[in-house]
Amino acid sequence: MSLVSRRSLFAGSAALLAAPAVAQRATDFAGRTIEWVIPFAEGGGSDVWARFMAPYLAKYLPGRPTVIIRNVPGGGSITGTNDFYQRARPDGSTFIGTSGSTQFPFLLGDRRVRYDFRTMPPVLVSPTGGVVYIPARFNVANAGELGKVRETELVYGSQGATSLDLVPMLAFNLLGLKVRHVFGMRGRGEGRLALERGEATIDYQTSSAFLTQVRPMIQAGNVVPLFSWGVLDAQGNVARDPTFPDLPHFVEAYEMMHGRKPSGVEYDAYFAFFGSGFAAQKPAMLPPRTPPEIVAAYRRAFEQAVADPELQARKGEVLGDYEQAVGDNVQRVYEVATTITPEAREWARNFLANNHNVRF
Amino acid sequence: MMDVIFGALLELLTPTRLMFMMLGVSVGLVIGVLPGLGGIAGLSLLLPFIYGMDSTSALAMLIGLIAVIPTSDTFSSILMGIPGSSASQATVLDGFPLARQGQGARALSAAFFASMLGGFFGALVLTASVMAARPIILLFGSAELFMLTLFGLSTVAALSGGNLAKGIASACLGLAFGMVGAAPATGEYRMDFDTLYLSDGLPLVIVGLGIFALPELFNLLRGGGAIAQQNPMGTGWIQGIKDVLRNPWLVLRCSGIGALIGAIPGIGGSVVDWIAYSHAMQTSKDASRFGKGEIRGVIAPESANNATQGGALLPTLLFGIPGSGSMAIFLAGMILIGLQPGPAMADRDLGVTYTIIWSLAIANFVGTLLCILLAPGIAKLTTIRYPLIAPFMIMVISFAAFQASRSVYDLIALFAVGILGLFLRRFGWSRPAFLIGFVLSLGAERYLYQAVQFSGWEFLTRPVALIILALTLLSLWAGLRRSQANVNTEGAADESRAASMLPQLAFTAVLLAFFVWVLFEGLKNSYLAALMPVVVATVGGLSVLTVLVFQARGATAAGSTNFDQEAKATDAGPWPFVGWALGFLGLTLLLGFFAALALFFIAFLRVVARCGWAQTLLLTAAACGFILILAHSLNLIFPGGLLQDHYDLPWPLR
Repeated sequence: MSLVSRRSLFAGSAALLAAPAVAQRATDFAGRTIEWVIPFAEGGGSDVWARFMAPYLAKYLPGRPTVIIRNVPGGGSITGTNDFYQRARPDGSTFIGTSGSTQFPFLLGDRRVRYDFRTMPPVLVSPTGGVVYIPARFNVANAGELGKVRETELVYGSQGATSLDLVPMLAFNLLGLKVRHVFGMRGRGEGRLALERGEATIDYQTSSAFLTQVRPMIQAGNVVPLFSWGVLDAQGNVARDPTFPDLPHFVEAYEMMHGRKPSGVEYDAYFAFFGSGFAAQKPAMLPPRTPPEIVAAYRRAFEQAVADPELQARKGEVLGDYEQAVGDNVQRVYEVATTITPEAREWARNFLANNHNVRF
Repeated sequence: MMDVIFGALLELLTPTRLMFMMLGVSVGLVIGVLPGLGGIAGLSLLLPFIYGMDSTSALAMLIGLIAVIPTSDTFSSILMGIPGSSASQATVLDGFPLARQGQGARALSAAFFASMLGGFFGALVLTASVMAARPIILLFGSAELFMLTLFGLSTVAALSGGNLAKGIASACLGLAFGMVGAAPATGEYRMDFDTLYLSDGLPLVIVGLGIFALPELFNLLRGGGAIAQQNPMGTGWIQGIKDVLRNPWLVLRCSGIGALIGAIPGIGGSVVDWIAYSHAMQTSKDASRFGKGEIRGVIAPESANNATQGGALLPTLLFGIPGSGSMAIFLAGMILIGLQPGPAMADRDLGVTYTIIWSLAIANFVGTLLCILLAPGIAKLTTIRYPLIAPFMIMVISFAAFQASRSVYDLIALFAVGILGLFLRRFGWSRPAFLIGFVLSLGAERYLYQAVQFSGWEFLTRPVALIILALTLLSLWAGLRRSQANVNTEGAADESRAASMLPQLAFTAVLLAFFVWVLFEGLKNSYLAALMPVVVATVGGLSVLTVLVFQARGATAAGSTNFDQEAKATDAGPWPFVGWALGFLGLTLLLGFFAALALFFIAFLRVVARCGWAQTLLLTAAACGFILILAHSLNLIFPGGLLQDHYDLPWPLR
């Protein structure tokens, strides 16, 4: 982490630093055990993410507490998050890490959701990315030639209409591609397998799976990468994925295909779910009403943890090349992940209800 | 090639790495022995420790655990009649009767030896096919996977328990239970009563424990004595090994089935034991001993379930697609130590793959040796009065159940399914058929829908699909031929002919009502989500109706539909003990799991087991200490009750 951003963090926390002694004493976790709640089962992406980060967080929290992962699976992560939101003590002894699958039901207004992201102070947001690709036999060399397959029905192996695969669904719709979504895939790996078998004809993979599994297929000349989902820059604009600097991101791909930038409520809806599902996929938050000095301690710890040289050396498979939102950056990126305009929400709900029988 | 293979072995053979493997094997041994806890719980236990380990040690440790679980879970299957994990449910069917007949040693040694051979076979398959497996795995598209689920369902014919209509109805009942939750094609929630808990579907571990373990437990309590009616072990150690050696082709075929089904992502290992079991039944000249203590019924599932692990590693390593719940955690472990599975595993990272294979082979060998060493000690449990064992069993089973979603609903679901299992057992509705239906339910629906979406109905003409279809018909034919031999999965038929048909008729009517309800619930959905429930409800309903008609014609005319294990019972049945279990559940809802457990132990040991205060308190303290250690290492909060809703208590009461 550069000195500049560390300085800006301190500037931002000026109010807290006015009474440093008090803050210091109130946020000493020495000898305590801190629970990082993950509302998913062991072995999932969020679980791996938390298990990877936990030792570094422990290293930089005041008093070097033990940080353990508490998995609370069930109800597609709604159960564990509801429970955390209603019961967690706001004393810094517990915090939660969620994922796009937790944000989406909130954004869509699922009636089973009892949590409100707006009242939970964020302390870390981890982005992720992915790349859309199609078989080489369509003779589409890049996103600019996507017009060639406009009249062809493409097939996408999807995990479900309201899963993370909502983002590609909205993206394909926005591009004007004719895509049939075949549901029931359990993980993106099965979708990729369907494409390799020739059953599916368009797919995306998250960055690390793309690098290990799809790149050999590109080298063999079997598939062609089209665009990455992209990341958010400091101004909140979509920018190229640092893992794939040579690939256009989705907005560029749209321009290559249509000659103009995407806009309107359809794009607003896409953008909200893209932010929540990729650019700001995994936020970590403290319970509502957590005192500001504890929030500050966590933010500082995560900022230092992410800058840790050992973490930087080992982050490859888990965090990728993405810049982790910490310190002062976290609030704005978090808002992207957890907000949607009422119009865009309404549009998305109608889209899902009319096209895929989703009942809200 | 050879230098890579032996280089990997040399790298593994350092004291530190072997020590880590032994750690994995030891944890796997303990977790496997505990009923209900399997690879998922064991790997979750080890996952926090791999941070900072070198990758070979970490792999050796994780594989050590994975390799030994299908061996050590045999203990509780054979000695307690309770599946040690979902991989050895079928072992119970013949292993437990053997133990009760005083042939525990023979059953265990046959099982361990078959397990070891199966494990070696799996490692061999992995060695031989890791370079060539990619195209083979890619042959299995959704059409082929759908056909495989049909193949799995066809084993119901052999496992229908003496009456085919009842067997089909049981399978349909399982299929209907499997459909609870989100529909694979549309995501619509079916039969979930609008609850978050059921929206994910019923967890397999809960259905497995409820349907097999609890009914066995309640009925064992009725006797009041020990499990083994004679000397539990006998002297059959050598006999068991001879039994395996006498059936080399069975071991080979079942290992092959296990490795193949394990290797195909999407079917999952939890039906492998049943497929192997029914295969043994279909290919035996004399199938009349199955279900009563046939050693081939032990050898078949045990050789298959260890081979499955080797097979299941193929899609995990090559495609990064976990074939089972434990493989998903293994995958997470790989990523945490910086290994990304993919095509490179058969190429650049071949050394890693061979490290895994060697670990698998060595851990299988060591695990088998340890199991044999521990067997005499563990088998002594069967000489202890069962009322002393039962509370420990209830504790471990409940603990295993709430591994599923860590909530009190897991316990409610467990006991609800347990009561259903009790009735299925009593009235001779095949529980294996129910379980096969349950496990394959969503797969059948998902792959049928996907196959039609991907290739239209022409999917039926794909060559591999046709081959599997032919195998399915063959298995059906073999199974039906056998079912005339009156193979009973639920106990001896001749002792279960009731004079009064009323209890049976009542239960059959309840099942009919259930299928009618499934039909109506199914029809509420859009076409794609309604199709399967409607078909299952119709087939199940008609089968139940057939049974009902036969049963209504009177005790003698009912023929093989007349089956009531309580027909000649003179005691109060299992109900007093069901009452105890429900009392425990009620206490948990009030006071939370931990406090309820302590009180339940004290009350049960005092009243049912008639222990003195000293023994009661000692056993209770031992149980509480054990569960605390286990929960602490898994970072688990026990399910809370009303008390916890109102007061913020310290762990473990929290």
